Amino acid sequence: MSLLLQLFTTFFKIGLFTFGGGYAMISLIADACVEKKQWITHDEMMDITVIAESTPGPIAINCATYVGYRQKGLAGAIASTLGIVLPSFCIIFLISTFLDHFLEIAWIAHAFMGVRLAVGILILDAALKMIGKMQKKPLPRAIAGCSFIIMLLADAFALRVSSIGLMLAAAAVSIAVFLAGCRSGREGAGR
Amino acid sequence: MIYFDLLFGFLKVGLFAFGGAYGAIPLIRDVVLSYGWIDDDMLAYMIAVSESTPGPIMVNLATYVGSSQAGLPGALIATAAVVLPSFVIVLLVMLLLKKLLKNPCAQAVLRGLKPCVAGIILATGVHMILQRCVGSPGAFSADATASAMTAALAGVYFGSRKLLKNGLSPIGLIGLSAVAGLLIYGWR
Repeated sequence: MSLLLQLFTTFFKIGLFTFGGGYAMISLIADACVEKKQWITHDEMMDITVIAESTPGPIAINCATYVGYRQKGLAGAIASTLGIVLPSFCIIFLISTFLDHFLEIAWIAHAFMGVRLAVGILILDAALKMIGKMQKKPLPRAIAGCSFIIMLLADAFALRVSSIGLMLAAAAVSIAVFLAGCRSGREGAGR
Repeated sequence: MIYFDLLFGFLKVGLFAFGGAYGAIPLIRDVVLSYGWIDDDMLAYMIAVSESTPGPIMVNLATYVGSSQAGLPGALIATAAVVLPSFVIVLLVMLLLKKLLKNPCAQAVLRGLKPCVAGIILATGVHMILQRCVGSPGAFSADATASAMTAALAGVYFGSRKLLKNGLSPIGLIGLSAVAGLLIYGWR
C-alpha cells in the first residue's frame, strides 16, 4: 500500500473512532503513529502537542497535518488531513439532513430539552479545566476575570461584543506588560 | 451571498479557535447569531450531536452549520474554511518558523490569549445555564424544573468525576440528560 494511502486510512480510522475530540485523539494518534507505524518519535509527538496547543484549530487536525507533512510533504499533509476530517463530515452531513424532522417527534424533542441543559454544564466544565491549568499569577487571572465579566454582560444584555476583538485586546495587554517588563528589567540591569 | 458568509465566518473561527474544541464554541456562536443562521437552542443541540459523534467538535459544528444553511456545498465550504487556517499554520510553523513559538513575544501573546479564551468560554457556559434557569435580565422567567434538573445533572457529573476514577464522560452526561428530559418533560 502506498504511503499516501496508508496515511489516509490511518487517520480515517482515527477520525472514525474518536469521540469527544481533542485530547482523546492525541492518545490514539500517538498509538498509531509512534507505536505501530513508527512515523514519528515520542519527542516529536511532544513537539506536536506543544504546536497544537499554541496554534488555533482542532488539535487532531494539527497532528494529522504535521505527521502527514513529515512523511510525504504537502501531498502527505493533505492526505492525512482529509482522512481525519472525512468520517465526521459524512456522519454529520447525514445527521444534519434529518435532525430538523427528528426534532418534530415529541419524545425526541423532550429528550433534547434535557440535553440542552447538559451542554451548558459541559461548556462550564471545559472552562473550569482551562482555568485550572492557567498560571496562578495576577495578570492571567485579571485577563480571565475581565473577559468573563465583559462577555457575560454582553450575552445577558444582548450587546454585540466580538470575542475576537476581546482576544486581540488581551493579547495586546499581555504583550504590553511583557515589553514594559523587558524595559524595566534592562534599566534595572543597567543601573 | 451565503457561501461567502460561510467561508469568511468559518475562516475567522478556524483562525482564532485557541484552546481546543470548546474554545471554538463562543466564536461559532458569535458567527451564527450575527448572521441569524441558528438560535441558541439549535446550537446547543448541534453541540450535543457533535460531542456524541466521532471527530473534532469544531469540524462537526462547521459541517453542521454549513449543511443546515446551504446543503452539501455549504457543508464543504464551512468545513474547509474551519480546517484551512490550522492546516496552513502548522505547515508554516514546521517550514519557516520552528523557533517562532519559543520567541518571548509570541509566548507573551499566547499568555494573553489563553486566559481570555478561558474567561470567554466560562461566560458562555454560565450564560447558557442562566438563560435556561432564570431567563435574561430583559425577560426574567424562573424555570424551577430546568434549575432542579441542571443542579442534579451538574451534581452527578462533577460528583462522579471527583469521586470515581472513571467518572461520567461527556457522552454519558448527554445520554443521562436525554433520559432525564424524556422522563420529566414527557411525563408532564
